[in-house]
Amino acid sequence: MDVILGPWPWYVGGALVAIIMLTLIILGKSFGFSSNFRTLCSALGAGNSCDFFKFDWKAQRWNLLFLVGAIIGGFVSANYLSVNQIPEINENTVTQLHQLGFESAGQTYVPSEIFGKLSVKNILILSIGGLLIGFGTRYAGGCTSGHAISGLSDLQLPSLIAVIGFFIGGLFMVHVLFPLVF
Amino acid sequence: MKNLIYIILGTFFGIAMYKAEAASWFRIYEMFNFQSFHMYGFISTALLMGAVGLQVLKRYEAKDIDGKKIVIQPKEKSIARYLLGGILFGLGWALVGACPGPIFVLLGAGVWQMLIVIAFALLGTYLYGLIKNKLPH
Repeated sequence: MDVILGPWPWYVGGALVAIIMLTLIILGKSFGFSSNFRTLCSALGAGNSCDFFKFDWKAQRWNLLFLVGAIIGGFVSANYLSVNQIPEINENTVTQLHQLGFESAGQTYVPSEIFGKLSVKNILILSIGGLLIGFGTRYAGGCTSGHAISGLSDLQLPSLIAVIGFFIGGLFMVHVLFPLVF
Repeated sequence: MKNLIYIILGTFFGIAMYKAEAASWFRIYEMFNFQSFHMYGFISTALLMGAVGLQVLKRYEAKDIDGKKIVIQPKEKSIARYLLGGILFGLGWALVGACPGPIFVLLGAGVWQMLIVIAFALLGTYLYGLIKNKLPH
């Protein structure tokens, strides 16, 4: 049971994701999570005010079901497949985070400094983060699943450019903006 | 029945992301500091297995269950949209510590603050739809 309840190694996670992607392809679909945001906008009626959302969103219903599954997966993992799982991150990372003010580093799954108290600062962090993710993924035409996994697996150059962009943005956030924000 | 397959696949996806910690803010931070192989190993494994699997499917001209030849839609050629869009997404990914999949996985795990992220991600997607014709693509 410890094998299941303990943290799973990266190669198990990566292998499962590859199998899921290939299964979706065999089912005639494609692995791309962020397109659900566009589908949801359309389902919420965004097509009435903007052509980009005028499409047959019901054809994407399978992906919304996949999204529902992802929520169930998170629920099952946290409640039935884990005993308070805490990622064992590098000690240097922990020290660095403590200096930034993240006392929860090495003690929680996600930092309580951001996902704990609903302060004005945290609401701003979560909403700006959400805006960037929603806007950025649609502009880039995909996220980690569509570009970094599906696109790169298929050796597509646009996906490589997108992934380079992901890293430029991520590195800039962590190394330049984090010291200013936290 | 067919609907159930997608829910099950999504559930496995959610479990894989949570249990192998690709849904942890700390793992993403660690990755952007190059202080662990964990996330790089995760992505490389998915990529290598995915690439080999796809090559096999293509080599044998496999058909999907609808009888259509398997092709991954080639993405249109451009640099600006992938680079600029990618940078914007990367900024958000590092800040929230989760890409779109894990946002929902964590919501299921009880991180209800993700509802704020989801609401604003929908708003962000909508804003893109409104101004997309004015952006370099």
